Amino acid sequence: MITTVAELKRGETAIIKEFDEIDVPLKLLEMGCLPGNRVTMMQSAPFKDPIYLDINGTHLAIRRETAVKISVEIHG
Amino acid sequence: MGKSINVSLIGNPNTGKTSLFNRLTGLNQQVGNYPGITVEKKEGICKLDRGLKAHILDLPGTYSLNTTSLDESIVVETLLNRNSKDFPDVAVVVSDIENLKRNLLVFTQIKDLEIPTILVINMADRMERKAISLDIELLEEELNTKVVLVSARKNQGIDNLKDAIANYKQLTSEPCLNASVIDVEYFEKLKKTYPNQLVYKLWLVITQDVNFGKLDRNRDIEDLKQHKFDIKSESDLKKMQHKETVVRYQFINGLLKKVLSIDTENAKDLRSRLDRILLHKVWGYLIFFVILLVIFQAIYDWSTYPMDWIDQAFASASSWVNTVFPSGPLTDLFAEGIIPGLGGIVIFIPQIAFLFLFIAILEESGYMSRVVFLMDHIMKRFGLSGKSVVPLVSGTACAIPAVMATRNIEDWKERLITILVVPFTTCSARLPVYLIIIALVIPDERILGGAFNMQGLTLMLLYLLGFGAAIFSAWVLNKILPIKRKAFFVMEMPAYKLPMLKNVAITVIEKTKSFVVGAGKIIMAISIILWILASYGVGYQFNGAETIVKEKYADQNLSEAEMDQKIASHELEYSFIGYIGKGIEPAVRPLGYDWKIGIAIVSSFAAREVFVGTLATIYSVESDGEEEQTIKNRMAAETNPILGGPLFNFASGISLLLFYAFAMQCMSTLAIVKRETNSWKWPAIQFVFMTAAAYFAALGAFQILK
Repeated sequence: MITTVAELKRGETAIIKEFDEIDVPLKLLEMGCLPGNRVTMMQSAPFKDPIYLDINGTHLAIRRETAVKISVEIHG
Repeated sequence: MGKSINVSLIGNPNTGKTSLFNRLTGLNQQVGNYPGITVEKKEGICKLDRGLKAHILDLPGTYSLNTTSLDESIVVETLLNRNSKDFPDVAVVVSDIENLKRNLLVFTQIKDLEIPTILVINMADRMERKAISLDIELLEEELNTKVVLVSARKNQGIDNLKDAIANYKQLTSEPCLNASVIDVEYFEKLKKTYPNQLVYKLWLVITQDVNFGKLDRNRDIEDLKQHKFDIKSESDLKKMQHKETVVRYQFINGLLKKVLSIDTENAKDLRSRLDRILLHKVWGYLIFFVILLVIFQAIYDWSTYPMDWIDQAFASASSWVNTVFPSGPLTDLFAEGIIPGLGGIVIFIPQIAFLFLFIAILEESGYMSRVVFLMDHIMKRFGLSGKSVVPLVSGTACAIPAVMATRNIEDWKERLITILVVPFTTCSARLPVYLIIIALVIPDERILGGAFNMQGLTLMLLYLLGFGAAIFSAWVLNKILPIKRKAFFVMEMPAYKLPMLKNVAITVIEKTKSFVVGAGKIIMAISIILWILASYGVGYQFNGAETIVKEKYADQNLSEAEMDQKIASHELEYSFIGYIGKGIEPAVRPLGYDWKIGIAIVSSFAAREVFVGTLATIYSVESDGEEEQTIKNRMAAETNPILGGPLFNFASGISLLLFYAFAMQCMSTLAIVKRETNSWKWPAIQFVFMTAAAYFAALGAFQILK
């Protein structure tokens, strides 16, 4: 199933798909948010913003507005 | 004669880079600024074998050489400018074993700059516990580098690192991958146009907004900067940078598959479990609130003891000087000018040290990032970001480091708003004013079944008022500032760590020292000037004070001490400072102040903490007595010349508290804001707006309460 990072439920893991380079900050790529990598939704703050992710072992927080631009595939 | 080599420490945030720096340099370090900007520059000396010395520069933490903030620009500028005196003979890239993959990104970029580089893998003591194994030989071979395993926390491997630094000449400067594969044609062209330059350096000059100042007057680079090599559009360049990152990660992933094995079963670590509680939608906020409450109550309760001792000690020092030395202008200057002024500085040390202690612990433990996470959504509504919380919380220590701490906010609008509102937060310089006024006008009683002290609660309300004013102003500014935002918010959530005593101690000592020395100079100078202004005057009213007063009270049969007091008062009233004070009295009378408080307020526009020192100086000049009293007792004895009753009563006390809560009374902050925003416009707006708010709030409070 293809969705975005923002839609993941707590504890759910998915694989990052290709995304539009212009929308996603380079910094996020540097922290390991690259196509093919595994992303797990750790937790979200109230109103689901910001959200706390584990991307390939790096724990980081991003805002919802960025999260909706990263599409992922949930396997299984 | 010792030879010195330049070493730069580079690495991701949260890799223990600063701990390693502290291990290498001990207390042999200094914190300054890079020329022209306020990025903190930490450097130190480390002694190596054979009389060799290493000059170690701790560069700001960065994830890559692609800059998004001022801090990161410093790293790129240092590494690109071969003529700079800071240019490293050897770069030490600090990584940690559990985040090696991400840490290696910046390492491969630095290798492309052909700088001799050592890879330090920190937290090596965790390898066994986490079942991590690493083929160091293969790693060294593939990365063309020397790898050193250390544990800064446990002080292991530091000597090996020193040896590796001393033998830096054996390092190869060969890159470990070829980044020009992202666009072969383009990079070939670059190479052909500027054959004398390193192609990766050219690439960074094109993609990064770096500033070499006057040092690197290189014709190629200037030419390149002018033409920007503008064959590629902005979005093409951005795509190429993305591609570069992917290429680098491909290399790193391939490499780590060969050399590193991690048992991923241990992934459910302490961090996840703690985060579940500390970031909980209810408990998380409650815990944060309790932590704040504890900090403020603790600072109020614990620091009053050393503060009382200091107050007493300086009062007795003054009377000791008065009794031991022959009376004369010099003795007076010491007893009434310098010693009370010095006391006014030293008395802040307990509170400032406590505040920096708590802030250092919160930062070191990794909890500060959780605060950012918890607060981001709320702060976003007011035009701030979660990252503004750190400056706002640091602002409770001092607005200067807080304004500097805004540097890691990427978005300019968020950063500007944060800078403008930070001075509303209750800095430690307001604390002495608050403490002494609260002690005078708020009863020392316990309420709510004895759980809370009224005075402590008042203090907490003042802190909340400061935050409230900051947030409200941010909301207004967000509405009216015509700046477009291009924010994105990416923040690492580091693993929790037990704060290292050494790191916390160094932070507390360094920050307290720089605050006391920096603010101390101003306070000292103002104290001396005030003493002179209060001790001298012109005209018959001043010089003939004794005759005038004696005539006036001739029939009242006063004791000698009482008569001396009346004379001193009269002299003060007609001294230089008396004239200044009388001049501004009409403006401050509606707020419930007399001309002496007016003087204290005017002098504290240089720095708030001068308030107490000024009153101390004025009253001790006036009291002129052998038995020195504490400042607080003297203030309590003052009466209001017009309304009668104590001068510091509930109405004027609240009015003063509000005035100090809102007014922009700190020259150093204004100077920092000017530097950070690069214009006088913002500090000027800040000054006018805040001071007007202070005046009207104080006016309203006194008129209602009196």
